[in-house]
Amino acid sequence: MDQLFNRISRMIKLEGSTKQRDDLYFITVRKEQLELLLSHLKNYEGFTHLAFLQAVDYIENNEFQLTYMLYNYDNRVNLGIKVFIDRDKSEMTSIHKLWPHAWQYQRELHELFGIDFPGSPRVHESFVLEGWEEIPPMRRDFDTKAYTERTFYPRPGRFTKDPKEYMKEKLYGNFAESPEIRKNND
Amino acid sequence: MTDISKSKYRNFDSDRSKYPVMENGKPVIDLDSHRFTKIWQGPQHPGVTGNMSVELIVSGDEIVDAKTHVGYLHRSFEKLMERRKYIQCFPIVCRICVPEPDTNEYCVSAAMEDLAGITVPEKAQWLRTLNLEMSRVGSFLMWLGGQANSLGMGAIGQWTIGMRDFWLDLFEEMTGGRVYHMYMIPGGVRKDLPDGFKGRARKLIIRTRRLLQDVENTFFYNTIIKSRLHDLGIITPDMVDEYGIVGPNARASGKGYDIRINNPYVKYDELDLKMITSTGSDAFARAEVRYRELHQSLDLISQILDRIPEEGNIQAKLPNVLHWKIPAGQTYVKAESTRGEHGFYMVSDGSEYPRRVFARGASYTHAITLLETLAVNISISDLAALMVSLHTCPPEIER
Repeated sequence: MDQLFNRISRMIKLEGSTKQRDDLYFITVRKEQLELLLSHLKNYEGFTHLAFLQAVDYIENNEFQLTYMLYNYDNRVNLGIKVFIDRDKSEMTSIHKLWPHAWQYQRELHELFGIDFPGSPRVHESFVLEGWEEIPPMRRDFDTKAYTERTFYPRPGRFTKDPKEYMKEKLYGNFAESPEIRKNND
Repeated sequence: MTDISKSKYRNFDSDRSKYPVMENGKPVIDLDSHRFTKIWQGPQHPGVTGNMSVELIVSGDEIVDAKTHVGYLHRSFEKLMERRKYIQCFPIVCRICVPEPDTNEYCVSAAMEDLAGITVPEKAQWLRTLNLEMSRVGSFLMWLGGQANSLGMGAIGQWTIGMRDFWLDLFEEMTGGRVYHMYMIPGGVRKDLPDGFKGRARKLIIRTRRLLQDVENTFFYNTIIKSRLHDLGIITPDMVDEYGIVGPNARASGKGYDIRINNPYVKYDELDLKMITSTGSDAFARAEVRYRELHQSLDLISQILDRIPEEGNIQAKLPNVLHWKIPAGQTYVKAESTRGEHGFYMVSDGSEYPRRVFARGASYTHAITLLETLAVNISISDLAALMVSLHTCPPEIER
């Protein structure tokens, strides 16, 4: 893997690399160089399987981290490529030309994180949330509790009863109060 | 290798007059022309796997365009997990897949162990392997019934679902739960095997094999099944990377990718395990691969039962899990479910709560991009068989 990182760093600027396990590495690259790197890894280095593309919200740094997880069938290594993009102008190049199935991850990220991928097919279609008008729900600043209280009318909840009185009323009704019963008890 | 040009479903050179005109790779569908009808298959339809729906444009009874719609099952597990402590994630993750919850449990525990640097004891790893293989058997039995059911052969579904119930009995003995087990926790497993478990498991393996012989005779040697599944939904080898296909769907197209062999986890590297592939590429080849993997799983269970150590620790020492802070970092852990690569991507920021948990299910690509491609040009009556042969599972799409 060191040789691979050397080859990559001759081509583009590596911002950082970490080894998590023997079969899992992460590298960080700049946003503009991602497409170049991905096509190089796919066409020349054997990383042909795109396992997923996901985002992590780092609201404190005002940025999103996009993770592209690739897999190489030959040396059996997973390589995660991290890219940081601005949270306010969240826009990223689409990779649907490299992997045709990437469009659905990009559609999901557009809906759940509000990240736009210009040119990606069907990116503005709704995925799981039809008719959603709030901010994208997977962002950290989306308040689930406030949304629930606003959207779903608060139910009054159950009213409670004293079990002894309730059962007496249910079993005997007004009969318990009748003069015959009272007479027998006396 | 199947010759695709001769396939009855992929023969695009035949009379195309009833198909819509293609513009920019997309069909132009004019519903007012009365040549096409729009039909929704699902979300409540016996022919779809779970709560999803396929929007079909048909010409006669041939599908000319298909679009998958999900969202009927969205419970936002990933967002829920961001607001829960690490140990509270376990009752959530097993709900991501109903027939096979243990893969989720394993992936989440392994991701936490990887981030926190915990080593799992030997015996707990064997118990995990046993649990994972048993859940594969349960899921495959459910799939086998579904595949036969989708072709109108209801008896096999009753046999295999009935047999799956005996496996659920074993799960109940082992974990306390029948469907959702919550058996694996970070650092090991919750319980040891009860007395006499191994004997009962061995008896059940023999019983399952006996049933599978009947299933083989009625299903795999059946002329109708063969004629309907052959040439249905052909996945060519170059589609595997384009569409992100994994698991038995990829192995039936000749792509040897099994995580238990390629990147062995728990104790799979010590077991006798061979890659099962086929070059048939169609739905019948996928059925055969799954059937052989079911036998392989039964074989693996008997191997595991022989090798589980009697004595040993089943759980590593953990800190107080209610105030457990996992060091900052990120990891991706994957396991082989019956549908293929099932993985969890977990990001920790050093606090008591996970920053982000993402569940990668194999059906994500199989049920959307791949199904929409393969459904075109087939008869509407074959769509149910095609969906089941891809083994799609909607909960892992929406999470």
